[in-house]
Amino acid sequence: MSDARPTTRYTEYHPRWYRPRVSTWWWLARWPYLKFILREISSVFVAWFVVVLLLQIRALSRGPVAYAAFERWLQNPLIVLLNLITLFFVVFHAITWFNLAPSAMAVRFRGKRVPDLLIVGTNYAAWAAISLVVAWFLVRS
Amino acid sequence: MAETISLEVLRYSPERDAEPSFQRYDVPLRKDWVVLDALNYIKDKVDGSLTFRWSCRMGICGSCGMMVNGEPKLTCATFLSNYANEKCPVRVQPLRYFPVIRDLVVEVTDFMTKLQSVKPWLIREDEKPVSDGEYIQTPDQLDCYKQFSMCINCLLCYAACPVYGLDPVFIGPAAIALAQRYNMDSRDEGADERMDVLAQHEGIWGCTFVGECTKVCPKHVDPAGAIQQYKLTATIERFKTFLMPWAAK
Repeated sequence: MSDARPTTRYTEYHPRWYRPRVSTWWWLARWPYLKFILREISSVFVAWFVVVLLLQIRALSRGPVAYAAFERWLQNPLIVLLNLITLFFVVFHAITWFNLAPSAMAVRFRGKRVPDLLIVGTNYAAWAAISLVVAWFLVRS
Repeated sequence: MAETISLEVLRYSPERDAEPSFQRYDVPLRKDWVVLDALNYIKDKVDGSLTFRWSCRMGICGSCGMMVNGEPKLTCATFLSNYANEKCPVRVQPLRYFPVIRDLVVEVTDFMTKLQSVKPWLIREDEKPVSDGEYIQTPDQLDCYKQFSMCINCLLCYAACPVYGLDPVFIGPAAIALAQRYNMDSRDEGADERMDVLAQHEGIWGCTFVGECTKVCPKHVDPAGAIQQYKLTATIERFKTFLMPWAAK
């Protein structure tokens, strides 16, 4: 597609541009970059909670003895520590993504864009509602 | 308030220097002066060899983007007084991630090529004759894309985007936002042509949603939003080709 290229190509032959390298540690330079990297890493912890859930379901399907062993494993201080860190990252994951939602969702209603606050608010409201339902099940049993 | 303020300006001469270095200048600290005024003071009174781009001094031309204390800024809209109480001198550097030609001037052909590749103009399947009049648009239709049309190509968003720094083939925030500006325009019929360029790894899928492009944009264009919204559009189109091959564009 030659028509889509600019005609000025002479700059390719400029011999002496200075091209700084991007540091491996670029993400430590500013808090927003570090926050972004932490948000990306949080997916690993989300995956860990999925694994824990799958292990729990497996233990449940194998009967009370297996489930008691699973509960004992959960009480291991190292697992407790890991799960606490995981909880922090899962909450961080949820909050950072919910706050970004309005940027990705440009919902228009009657020709006007729905305010960002409404989209964020709906996400948090759904989170709270689902958490309440889960809490209700836990308290009931 | 001190009467002068120190600036550390990056200097690079392709004829003399193998590496750039910082040069320190003391300039008068005036309440109404922006960083660009300080650079012009240096050029006029202290060192005429200092090289930088500028034009309008009012945030319209997009020429004077530089790194000020590590942040991408339009130097015509960044007041010196904001930095008056800091102990360190104000560091002025060329826009990050672009090759430096001289001092504060960067090479932007890469962006120009990418901008052209997304065809940022109205594309019509059949151009109607001028005698038939204009293509009419309602205020609501204008509102759909107006935000993206405010871009002044200042490239602050590229200097804020680590993806562009690490993967220079990425089309980048401004070019994608400008593609969306035309995709969302009710008069345009070129969305399919643009999708070939945009729905690739070098296009929208390169973006990891760091979101800094939107934060640094002096015209509130929200390129990060444009990219995420287009990801949704591209995904829907992709599924359409699987589920309804006859309806796919």
